[in-house]
Amino acid sequence: MQSQILTWITFLPLIGMAVILLMPKTSMNAIKGVSLAATFVAMVLGTWLYFSGFEQRSLAEIQAARAGGDILGAQFVQRFDWIDSIGAQYYVGIDGLSVALVWLTTVLLFVGVIASFGMEKAGKAYYALLLMLEVGILGVFVSLDLFLFYVFWEVMLLPMYFLIGIWGGPRREYAAIKFFLYTLAGSVLMLVAIVALRLDSGTFSIPQLTELAVSGKLMGASLPAHGVLLGMDFTTWVFWFLFVGFAIKVPVWPFHTWLPDAHVEAPTPISVILAGILLKLGGYGMLRACFPLAPDAFHESAFALGVLGVISIVYGAFVALGQSDFKKMVAYSSVSHMGYVLLGMAAFTVWGMEGAVLQMFNHGTSSAALFLIVGVVYDRAHHRDLNGFGGLSQLMPRYWALTTLGFFAALGLPGLAGFVSEAMTLVGAFEAKDTRFQVLVLVSTLGIVFTAAFLLYAMQRVFLGKKNAKYEGIEEINAREVFCQAPFLFLCVLFGILPYLLLDWMHPSVQNLINILKVQG
Amino acid sequence: MTAESHFLAFDPAQDFKLLFLAFVLPLVGYVIQIAAGKRLPRQGDWLLTSGLFATASITVLMFAKSLWAAYHGLEFRHHSGDEAGLWFHWFYSSDELANGVANVSAAIFYDPLGAAMLMVVGVVSFCVHLFSIGYMHGTPRYHIFFANISLFTFAMLGLVLSDNLLFLFIFWELMGLMSYLLIGHFSHDPSSGYFHKWATKACKKAFLTTRVGDTCLLVGMVIFFWKFETFRFTELWRLSIEELARHQSLHPGEYPLWMTVGGLFIFGGTIGKSAQFPLHIWLPDAMAGPTPVSAMIHAATMVAAGVFLLGRCYPMFTPDVLNVIAAVGTITAIFAATIGTTAYDLKAVLAWSTISQLGFMVAAIGLGGVVAGLFHMVTHAFFKACLFLSAGSVIHGCHHEQDMRNMGGVRKHMPITFACMLASTIAIAGIPFFSGFYSKDMIILRAWENILGGRFTGASFFAAVGLPLAAACTAFYMFRMIFMTFSDSYRPGTVESPFAHHGGGHDDHGHADHGHADHGHADHGHADHGHADHGHSHAHAAPAHAHAASAHGHDAHGHDAHGHDAHGHDAHGHDAHGHDSHAEHATPHESPLPILVALCILAFLGVFGGHFWLADPLHSLKFWEHAHTWFETSVSFQSLYGAQIGDRLAAAVAVDEHAAHQAHTVALCVSLAVASLGILVAWLIYGRGWERSQRIAGRITHAIHAIYEVVKGKYFVDEALGTAIVVDMKRKDEPRYEPDASVIGASVHVANFLGWIDRHVVDATVNLVGRIGMSFGKGSATFDRVVIDGAVNGVGLFTQTFGSLVRLFQSGRVQQYATFAVFGGLALAVWLILL
Amino acid sequence: MGLGAYIAVSAALFALGIVAILVRRNVLYVLMGIEMILNAANINFVAFNRFNHAEGSQSNLDGRMFAIFVIILAAAEAAVALAIVLNVFHLFNSVKPAEADLLRE
Repeated sequence: MQSQILTWITFLPLIGMAVILLMPKTSMNAIKGVSLAATFVAMVLGTWLYFSGFEQRSLAEIQAARAGGDILGAQFVQRFDWIDSIGAQYYVGIDGLSVALVWLTTVLLFVGVIASFGMEKAGKAYYALLLMLEVGILGVFVSLDLFLFYVFWEVMLLPMYFLIGIWGGPRREYAAIKFFLYTLAGSVLMLVAIVALRLDSGTFSIPQLTELAVSGKLMGASLPAHGVLLGMDFTTWVFWFLFVGFAIKVPVWPFHTWLPDAHVEAPTPISVILAGILLKLGGYGMLRACFPLAPDAFHESAFALGVLGVISIVYGAFVALGQSDFKKMVAYSSVSHMGYVLLGMAAFTVWGMEGAVLQMFNHGTSSAALFLIVGVVYDRAHHRDLNGFGGLSQLMPRYWALTTLGFFAALGLPGLAGFVSEAMTLVGAFEAKDTRFQVLVLVSTLGIVFTAAFLLYAMQRVFLGKKNAKYEGIEEINAREVFCQAPFLFLCVLFGILPYLLLDWMHPSVQNLINILKVQG
Repeated sequence: MTAESHFLAFDPAQDFKLLFLAFVLPLVGYVIQIAAGKRLPRQGDWLLTSGLFATASITVLMFAKSLWAAYHGLEFRHHSGDEAGLWFHWFYSSDELANGVANVSAAIFYDPLGAAMLMVVGVVSFCVHLFSIGYMHGTPRYHIFFANISLFTFAMLGLVLSDNLLFLFIFWELMGLMSYLLIGHFSHDPSSGYFHKWATKACKKAFLTTRVGDTCLLVGMVIFFWKFETFRFTELWRLSIEELARHQSLHPGEYPLWMTVGGLFIFGGTIGKSAQFPLHIWLPDAMAGPTPVSAMIHAATMVAAGVFLLGRCYPMFTPDVLNVIAAVGTITAIFAATIGTTAYDLKAVLAWSTISQLGFMVAAIGLGGVVAGLFHMVTHAFFKACLFLSAGSVIHGCHHEQDMRNMGGVRKHMPITFACMLASTIAIAGIPFFSGFYSKDMIILRAWENILGGRFTGASFFAAVGLPLAAACTAFYMFRMIFMTFSDSYRPGTVESPFAHHGGGHDDHGHADHGHADHGHADHGHADHGHADHGHSHAHAAPAHAHAASAHGHDAHGHDAHGHDAHGHDAHGHDAHGHDSHAEHATPHESPLPILVALCILAFLGVFGGHFWLADPLHSLKFWEHAHTWFETSVSFQSLYGAQIGDRLAAAVAVDEHAAHQAHTVALCVSLAVASLGILVAWLIYGRGWERSQRIAGRITHAIHAIYEVVKGKYFVDEALGTAIVVDMKRKDEPRYEPDASVIGASVHVANFLGWIDRHVVDATVNLVGRIGMSFGKGSATFDRVVIDGAVNGVGLFTQTFGSLVRLFQSGRVQQYATFAVFGGLALAVWLILL
Repeated sequence: MGLGAYIAVSAALFALGIVAILVRRNVLYVLMGIEMILNAANINFVAFNRFNHAEGSQSNLDGRMFAIFVIILAAAEAAVALAIVLNVFHLFNSVKPAEADLLRE
């Protein structure tokens, strides 16, 4: 059981989904119960995995594993042949980069199910799709085989499309199709790169590919014309194809415009999952299956990536400032915050990379909290116009208190989680070998100021000032909503004060990644 | 008795725990208060105040230990990690290939500066808590207010105790948050009228403005970490000094550029937090917060943290940075002092005065007078806190009137408040034997020492001239304030002021519960709300009353005149003027006991803080035998930064004895002259009766009309930055955005422009690609229909035709079929055999 | 007398059977034709069995066994066929195959 824990966690929601599909449409309570149970058990397993199951190995131990063919030092590995004819394997395992995200996924989906209880429209299909989504996300995080990775990646796409397209807001079809096309475009590029890698190396295994790549043996030698196309060599093509595929998911400017639309139209729990964990797949994908597979190209284009990251940071913050839709503002803040992830990774220093991975986790918690916050007020007022409220702090003091905490976590107040990762990213970027990164850091600080600006501006318009008589009798945040937000806000505070609870886990893996990529660069 | 066993000797085993206790008590109080404050008797104020009393006691005890060590010539620099193994492990990160291990952790660092500052924070916080019991009593969100000031105290204590820049920054930002929440305290309370609207904007402005500075500080920190790989002050000092020396030996007369840049960024933090030009704009608006908050956060502690930061980072600054610091400090000092002379709002005068005094401190540090700057920070904390609290007491006594023109003659009604305020005013004006004199004199001395000692720089000259000028202005506007407020006779309603009665602090007017209906005024408020603007013209017999009514009308009814019956409204505490309106025209009254106790403690410290410990109180009380104040004895370059670094820093600013003596004489004369001049002018204009003062002031302002308007307009910095807060009680809706032609306006334009780009460029590109895809789709659909479907259909047609031919053979007769079969078989056989 | 004679008889019988099936209008003759074809096959079985093995050899009786099976089958088939014919008669009031053309449907 323990050695198969990843399979269990990943496919447990699938069992739940099967059970739900077999149940009659009318017994909604039972359906809710089953989805709750499935996600709860997954969460328990995920939590166990993070705090107890996962073994914190030292760098030396991870490096020792390299001789055994596993350059990543993955744990809980399960590996057997799956599709022999193309060499695809069922190969799963986790390391320091993925373990926290697996845990976060299970927590987020559990909360997502609870948050869905408030949705009248959500029926049998909704919960089935939600569980399917969980399978896809977890699958991506645990896959160590590129083909498997890709399959899960696509599995995740489908339920998301329906969840937005059926249960979304007024412009849900447009948003869903935009989301689908963007992501599909990315997947196609990814698929091309994956096939090219397979043709060149004869394997789909990520550790093996990484090993080949860092020892310079993955240069397209067995491809026609050595994979050189339009004057760009094989690794560059592979890198950019994979990068764009993941960048769309992050989303990196200029591939970001699907995000505001998808967020605005998606129902609250889906927004939470979208911002909380789906965006992290992009960043995670880069660390797992993009940079290590084309290290040369990565080092060559690091500065360009940094520039994209900084543009995302500043641009996202500015555009968020100009929004009058609460949810759109939060969506753009995601663009801004995820920019730090790219900046930190591009800087290629321990602090930068760790900051980036930490930022992924912290943004997962804080943005989830923010979307839940938006959901609370939207459920009551049925609109999200920031100028249409006012003085809510007098009417809903408890809601206001939670919002304040969420906002300040998002704007990176020290003592809360966002600060640690942003500061680490900035320090890391400043320390980068390429001194041009120092300019990037200076520019990105604009983002810090403007993030505070748009959040406080929103705070002023919605919560402070003159009471809007329309909402005189508005209902205070209820217990279920508090229960949904509490875990995220708690995590924001916890990891703000004790960040080593995350960093100690990821540190050896990040260090290892930097070591193996450095050899080449 | 040996030094080690004396009860005032620092004992690492015990004292760090005590310090930690003092540090966490406010946090514990905060948690209890948030969880259960509302249900506790008296909403928990006694709990937090007694907790703060314990904290203050510990800080005073610890401070005594630092003094004891100073008088015995012992080194007093303690680090809990090194001495007692008490660390807070935050996280650990390393790049094992390049940089080695960076253990990011924190510990308590306790040195003479920390001791003094900690004592200031503890005592002022305690006094403010005590004051708030009287001042805030009966206001809405009373328990939240206490919780927040407690958490603020926690953050400030943490800042003082941090041993590294990163944790200093963390607490620095936490203070920013508490400042935001506390300035915005009234923004949740519609009954506070004018403040309700003002605070809503002021809190955001304060946080964002300081955030600009904080971001600079963060960058500065990052720059220093980049080179030195550490955040610890002691390490940073050592490495900075070494780096400077190394660079000097390679390129004499030059300083490393990166250190200058990093130092300037760190100073950016001070500019934001300590309200230096040009980021001073938030502090006057921070007066929208309750007065105790203004006293503690925006006068005594938080804004002083910027100066504290400079003190902590002094060895990291290159001379270039120091010159900038001195220049900015001097500009701020003069600039704010001149504005202070034009303000009418009692708290605004004090706010500008605070900015100006902070300018003094910053300038002092820039001039190399770290001890002088920090000394002024300590003395200023006491007398400015006292001034603010006294002002609060006056405002409280005058029924929340803040405009000095509507006061006058308060001395007769509030003698204790008057005494405290006067004492503090004398202290800030720089009269000998009051604490402010010693510290301000030291700053001016520093400037003149630089000039006379041959360390002439432009900044020194500027400071040597500018600071006395600012000091003269200080003396003038402080006494102007005293004369306007306390002399002559009470004159409520002389001018129209927006500070109408708000719900806060009316406990002593006889109704304990504010949030409840007061039928006495229901019809009155109703009568007014429809004609809110008429409130002023109705001011026939009772002007103050009319203001109250109009403010009420705007705030409570202005926005939603429809559908509100009187009692529906009263439930929300709009009965601010519900008590008998005659009581408001009654004379001011002295404040309740907690307020007075707090005032007296602070006034005592404000007066004697400068020289209270001229002598070692444990050995001799013959203070005249000592040439130095307690602060100089305790805090010096050596005691701040360690003997080695301290000696080098001291040598860098030392002047020969002759110059020092000259400078002493000059500084003393200048100090005395400017203080007397300021007070004299204030007396000439304002000290001889209200009527006459109006005439003289009118003539002067008329004569220098243009200059006066510029100064009164605060040099229009706010307008240039787009941060001016306009709170117009008559307008129902405020403009959505601030004016266009300003920094903020530009940012908003940029934001809107980028939003436009997003929709019309990025999205348009995506849509274009989509449309191209669609066209391709349509094209291939046509191809599909014509060519591919055509082919498929052709096949179908052929099949059909063929089928109908074959049908003819289908007779359904078995024998016919068999015939076909036989002949078919025969044909097959023939073919097989013959061919 | 060689194998050829047997085969000639068998072929004649087969041809008669075929002609009967194809041209006779009464279904009973058609059945008889079928019997003739089966018997033509039987002759072949027995003849080949006889000539492919040495004289007096008892080791292999396969061909003869098949002939016996075919006879039994023919009997069974005749019974079934007559039953069908009866039903056809009921349905069409005729026993002429040309009139029962339901296969066309």
